[in-house]
Amino acid sequence: MPEYKAPLRDMDFVLNEVLKAEQHYQSLPGYEDATPDMVSAIMEEGAKFAEKVLSPLNQIGDQQGCTWADGKVTTPAGFKEAYQQFVEGGWPSLAHEVEYGGQGLPESLGLVINEMVGTANWSWSMYPGLSHGAMNTLDAHGTEEQKQTYLTKLVEGSWTGTMCLTEPHCGTDLGMLRTKAEPQADGSYKISGTKIFISAGEHDMAENIVHIVLARLPDAPAGTKGISLFIVPKHLPESLSESNGVSCGSIEHKMGIHGNATCVMNFDDATGFLIGPPNKGLNCMFTFMNTARLGTALQGLAHAEWGFQNSLVYAKDRLQMRALNGPAEPDKPADPIIVHPEVRKMLLTQKAFAEGGRAMIYYCAQLVDKVKVSDGEEKEYADGLLAFLTPIAKAFLTEVGFESANHGLQIFGGHGYIAEWGMEQNVRDSRISMLYEGTTQIQALDLLGRKVLMTQGEALKRFTKIVHKFCQAEADTQAMAKFVKPLVEINKEWGDITMQIGMKAMQNRDEVGAASVDYLMYSGYAVLGYLWALMAKEAQEKIAAGTNEEDFYRAKIKTAEFYFARILPRTRSLVATMTSGCESLMDLDAEHFVF
Amino acid sequence: MKILVAVKRVIDYNAKVRVKSDQTDVDLANIKMAINPFCEIAVEEAVRLKEAGIATEIIAVSVGPKACQEQIRSALALGADKGIQIETDHISDSLNIAKLLAKVVKSENIDLVIMGKQAIDSDNNQTGQMLAALLNCGQGTFASKLEIKDQKVLVTREIDGGLQTLSLNLPAVITTDLRLNEPRYAALPNIMKAKRKPLEVKTPQDLGVELKQHTKLLKVAEPSKRQGGTMLNSVDELIEKLKSEIQGI
Ligand SMILES: Cc1cc2nc3c(=O)[nH]c(=O)nc-3n(C[C@H](O)[C@H](O)[C@H](O)COP(=O)(O)OP(=O)(O)OC[C@H]3O[C@@H](n4cnc5c(N)ncnc54)[C@H](O)[C@@H]3O)c2cc1C
Repeated sequence: MPEYKAPLRDMDFVLNEVLKAEQHYQSLPGYEDATPDMVSAIMEEGAKFAEKVLSPLNQIGDQQGCTWADGKVTTPAGFKEAYQQFVEGGWPSLAHEVEYGGQGLPESLGLVINEMVGTANWSWSMYPGLSHGAMNTLDAHGTEEQKQTYLTKLVEGSWTGTMCLTEPHCGTDLGMLRTKAEPQADGSYKISGTKIFISAGEHDMAENIVHIVLARLPDAPAGTKGISLFIVPKHLPESLSESNGVSCGSIEHKMGIHGNATCVMNFDDATGFLIGPPNKGLNCMFTFMNTARLGTALQGLAHAEWGFQNSLVYAKDRLQMRALNGPAEPDKPADPIIVHPEVRKMLLTQKAFAEGGRAMIYYCAQLVDKVKVSDGEEKEYADGLLAFLTPIAKAFLTEVGFESANHGLQIFGGHGYIAEWGMEQNVRDSRISMLYEGTTQIQALDLLGRKVLMTQGEALKRFTKIVHKFCQAEADTQAMAKFVKPLVEINKEWGDITMQIGMKAMQNRDEVGAASVDYLMYSGYAVLGYLWALMAKEAQEKIAAGTNEEDFYRAKIKTAEFYFARILPRTRSLVATMTSGCESLMDLDAEHFVF
Repeated sequence: MKILVAVKRVIDYNAKVRVKSDQTDVDLANIKMAINPFCEIAVEEAVRLKEAGIATEIIAVSVGPKACQEQIRSALALGADKGIQIETDHISDSLNIAKLLAKVVKSENIDLVIMGKQAIDSDNNQTGQMLAALLNCGQGTFASKLEIKDQKVLVTREIDGGLQTLSLNLPAVITTDLRLNEPRYAALPNIMKAKRKPLEVKTPQDLGVELKQHTKLLKVAEPSKRQGGTMLNSVDELIEKLKSEIQGI
């Protein structure tokens, strides 16, 4: 059976050694509790829960899936009990305010725990994951009374939450949504409409579900400027046994994440309550968009890590063919497949994306902390940087996460295609990550159009300056030259290409769309290049200072070398394609796309 | 009722143990350490007695270098009230540990000691017995069930022939077996509270114990590798083999 072991050593390396979590937490008000010993005790307990409770349920969840009958959804065997344990452990409360029953720990630490929970069992992790989205909404925009009524229950975990945005005719383009909200004399609203694809919309794990619903007021302007946010509970808090006009019409049969219920939700004059100002619903959602997107970026890391762990064990065990330079293990009938260069390429690719992805997410997570609790210039700076990095993390990491999951399957050969090994499940489960929470294409438009070009390149510069400073500081370190030189070149090229696309876009806006995904992937490889150089530097310094973990640090440097030799050069073809102009995409008339 | 639980820092049961190349010991560098599973069961049992209103205070004691404070914190996160670390680098000798614990039992007026039947690193299975002897009190080893009634402890023990139930006067020493309970996971709020619970550090001198070397570690070696088996085609062939290769059948 496939399994998951929390990579605590690697997590510690990224968090504490590369990103200096101790200084980070001690520099932020309110996070004094997050001392290294506390962080490590929390991580160890989280690891236990992920490994022993959630990981064994991952395959069961896929095989059994959720079932729907008479509006009720039953989750796979063991899901409910695991959730109960999760609640008893107080995990939903981790990053929420003490006032509402939270532990007041940093959001970044929450992401570290989510990484373990999500890698062990992504489908299960979405139940508390969606609650987290609902909690962030209430936290940022709810009234005191709303927080006391709903947030406390969500923090406790006895209720879960959802995010109801999508409707049958609109997913990306929320401006078209139709769900209605009629004001009532008592200040509440009657909500009517149909939402589809609502994750965790109905299930048997908690006594109540708090839906955060996007809907329109009667006098609302058309488009995105006429959307408001509502709390619509499955049961009103004062009558938990009665229905509130919210029902689950059916659940979807889908490619992966079978353990998570994807629901059609019908609202029939359901009582709801406005959160935030009228018609400002989308703006309100933007306030924690970055956190939500990082939560999905995590899924890329999760499937890369899971694929890597399981295919590594297999590659050392499976005997097939001989090493090209002669038998590596002559006493065996064949060599383990890890001797073959192409198998190693797939393993190293997964390793580079999993460990690099971890660095990217933890890096962004520290920015999330700063945005949340610092102020003034520091906050503004972190906010801008995070806004730039988030679409990259979301789209790039989920794309390479899917690629990695695929490599994991390939290493198993034909057995990878067979359900029992769990590798095909990993591929299927990972596929959704490039779709929800904004598709890759939408993230790419957000990055190039909104974040980079609309700021005249300022957002990009904020990051390239960091890379530049690093390269300058390391310019004379002989051992770093192999990383610094290509990084300097990319860093300059990045700005040049951006300018080039920007110029073309002034004549033709399609140039932005035509370059966008390639530009985003290029940016992803560049950011990851910087992070791998940072990790290599840390490893070199540890070896130079003397360590009894030389193997661990050497493996870091070797993986960085692999990344620079075999992954970063992917940027060469991306440069070629993204600067080739939009004509090759736009010239063919829609009518001539025949089959 | 005041309970003392002893907790030992050991190699995590999941970790792969390597022998040092000079065979002087196992290699502990960068190995994940954890609370000994039998000790964890002891903590759980004590916490259940407290939840049942029988125990009033639980003191978790660990003997070892500063790092073992991590395991004391784990016990505090599970529900112990106070920790005591007895600082020393010499932890290989059960009798020394028993002597130190005996002092704490006396000075803290402990009514009941619950500890693991053995630690999964050296598998000695003797500290609890030694402690009972030093305290001159009853012992209930390999406990799979524990009940407190009228100032007595009823201990169900797993013995070779089945189960045996003893009734012991307090104070007493109990050592836990695997089936006594299933330890809970520490809850996040309790992990955080554990940090604020008192943790005293004492030295053997403070307790008036002179550590002696009663045992000497000569050499540590890997278990010998298993030899591969041979598949035979029939019972006749097997008998033939047994006759020719293992003389004297
Ligand atoms: C399993 C699952 C769970 C989900 N969970 C939730 C949930 O909990 N809550 C919720 O509200 N929604 C949820 N969704 C909905 C999800 O967020 C949407 O499916 C997603 O946003 C895409 O919308 P769509 O399906 O309508 O695709 P469309 O918007 O129709 O897009 C179709 C294609 O066109 C592309 N496209 C669209 N516009 C552009 C553009 N301007 N430029 C370039 N390309 C473009 C898209 O990238 C995509 O490839 C879930 C979906 C699934 C499948």
